[in-house]
Amino acid sequence: MDAILLQILNGLDKGSAYALIALGLTLIFGTLGVVNFAHGALFMIGAFCAVTLQRMLSLSYVVIDETQKDFLGNPLKVKTPYVESWFGPEMGGAIIDWAVPLAILFAIPIMITVGFVMERGLIKHFYKREHADQILVTFGLAIVLQEVIKYFYGANPIQTPSPEALSGVANVGALFGMDIVYPVWRIVYFFFSVIIIGGIFSFLQFTTFGMVVRAGMADRETVGLLGINIDRRFTIMFGIAAAVAGLAGVMYTPINSPNYHMGMDFLVLSFVVVVVGGMGSLPGAVLAGFMLGILESFASMNEIKSILPGIDQIIIYVVAIIILLTRPRGLMGRKGVMEE
Amino acid sequence: MFGLDNKDTRMLLVVAVLTLCAPFILNPFPTDSAMAQFNAGYPDLMQRFVIFGIFAIGFNILFGLTGYLSFGHAAFLGVGSYSAVWMFKLLSMNVVPAIMLSVVISGLFALLIGFVSLRRSGIYFSILTLAFAQMSFNLAYSVLTPITNGETGLQLTLEDPRVLGVSATADGSIPVTNLFGMEMRSTFEMVVGPWAFQFNAGYYLCALILLAAFYLSIRIFRSPFGMMLRAVKSNQQRMNYTGLNTKPYTLAAFVISGMYAGLAGGLMASMDPLAGAERMQWTASGEVVLMTILGGAGTLIGPVLGAGFIKYFENIFSKINDNVLHGWFSFMPDGLEDFVVFIIHPFIGKGWHLTLGILFMLVVVFLPGGLVEGGQRIAKWVKGRKNKDDSASATKTPAE
Repeated sequence: MDAILLQILNGLDKGSAYALIALGLTLIFGTLGVVNFAHGALFMIGAFCAVTLQRMLSLSYVVIDETQKDFLGNPLKVKTPYVESWFGPEMGGAIIDWAVPLAILFAIPIMITVGFVMERGLIKHFYKREHADQILVTFGLAIVLQEVIKYFYGANPIQTPSPEALSGVANVGALFGMDIVYPVWRIVYFFFSVIIIGGIFSFLQFTTFGMVVRAGMADRETVGLLGINIDRRFTIMFGIAAAVAGLAGVMYTPINSPNYHMGMDFLVLSFVVVVVGGMGSLPGAVLAGFMLGILESFASMNEIKSILPGIDQIIIYVVAIIILLTRPRGLMGRKGVMEE
Repeated sequence: MFGLDNKDTRMLLVVAVLTLCAPFILNPFPTDSAMAQFNAGYPDLMQRFVIFGIFAIGFNILFGLTGYLSFGHAAFLGVGSYSAVWMFKLLSMNVVPAIMLSVVISGLFALLIGFVSLRRSGIYFSILTLAFAQMSFNLAYSVLTPITNGETGLQLTLEDPRVLGVSATADGSIPVTNLFGMEMRSTFEMVVGPWAFQFNAGYYLCALILLAAFYLSIRIFRSPFGMMLRAVKSNQQRMNYTGLNTKPYTLAAFVISGMYAGLAGGLMASMDPLAGAERMQWTASGEVVLMTILGGAGTLIGPVLGAGFIKYFENIFSKINDNVLHGWFSFMPDGLEDFVVFIIHPFIGKGWHLTLGILFMLVVVFLPGGLVEGGQRIAKWVKGRKNKDDSASATKTPAE
């Protein structure tokens, strides 16, 4: 029982990342009808926003401290981050410590801008072209973004620790009368993604803007005929989708040190997730994300691996193939979306 | 000639001349000159040109003709490599059985994957092929280690049985791949004045196979079968409504293109007898997509051009470094020189993929027909405006 709960927890945090990326992909696909192969790159850019903020916050100046001597008797050079000298050592230290959560605020405007520029500058011109062309141009864009990041940050993974208060482990099993110890940050990540997903859904469900967007997803032309500038709203949705991917990346940095190809690694899986959930279905994307995350972690249990060796490596693909062949529309796919 | 019309014969001859004279064409700089490092006429690189050419020609038969965008084609290349290396391990170091087996095995593999994947089209097809390829890649890395040797990659050892050959040569080393005794790595060097041209047995084998593959692809393009595939691309629904089952045609195209990929994989292993799982990764599949699109999907010569172009510039660009740049721009005033070098720096050396990505995007945006379309546009522009009216009426619009 303990093991099963532990696997569910394991699956939840991977599943949250899949769900967030797949949600953004589906938003873009559902609104603009564009297959965005550069979405993984947005996830990666988000992660590097966290890295950048952490580096900016720990920018330091060097003073020679005469009171402290090293073992040779020379005065020590002490590095003091600017933040500490502005806000005092305690407050400044806390700010640096909390760089990753703070990066959320930093990443939102950046990601929205990146999303706008991408949509207006490039993807706008591909609405009328084939899906194959859209895949190709966004694939090219993903390569470019990835290489730019590699140029500035190098090819090695960069450690980005979570705040100290959240970096330990907690006994989550105590809630259920069991003994399960689990890293706090992963639990934070799960709740964070639930909040974001909930936020997106309620935004679409309960605001006028969201209503217009949903109407546009259902019938773009009619909404346009009613005198609503649906293109502008879809552009904003693209920005939001980019921000969702970026935030997923920001919060993922303490779990997995960001490197330049992390986006591509996640992209393939998120596409599988979207297809399993059903192209254009938001609840489907979220459901499939969590489902596949949990399935993957169950498949990596030793008991299961001893029966079916290697199943943990391929479970997601096997599920995707089975679903695509038996339920072409995916789990919750809408009728008429991407059907030939 | 060979049942081709004049235009196709000319194209085949051009490709033949280009590949057979490649050791001359790719070696324009004398060996001692400073530019010698930009020579591409050494066996290893030339082999890669033609092998990837074969791979791209095969991919083009699927994508260019039917419009099905496969994102998992590297899986067939990997399977081809593995089967070839196994043949070297078990049977003999002769490349013929190895290449034959790799074509057959990858064909069967493509039949299996194609049968499942082709039940869907459009983006679903891309995702399915991607999923299959990633699955094969992951399996090759983990469970199939007895067959694939996991992360290390499959290599020849002295203990291999090699029923028809020898396990080890007389001096105790691993035998080399050969074609009925002609070693693949044997190279004849011709020195003409300051130039040195290298003629490699393996390269010429690959080049001849490339010509055969190219000829076959011309025949496929011009055949009724090719016409049927093009019809699938332009409107599959209409084909279905006329009562025609398109599945056998697309499946045949998929298997043929898988066999081309297997052939490329087998050749790759024949030139250098090892095979690794990274050949199956989806980035490798992406590479062949880049080559085909860059050259011009759906055209005959495009994929060959694209493969040559990418492999050539990959080689050239990764050799340029800051010192070379400073040498080139030394005529400029100091400040400006540093600035220009600073601007170009991200795009060279290890930054080659950045250049490639930008180039690829530009091609997709502005030149959907790839380099071939670019060439045609230039040719049209050069021909001038005197027959402007002719060209205007000659441009055909496909029936929808």
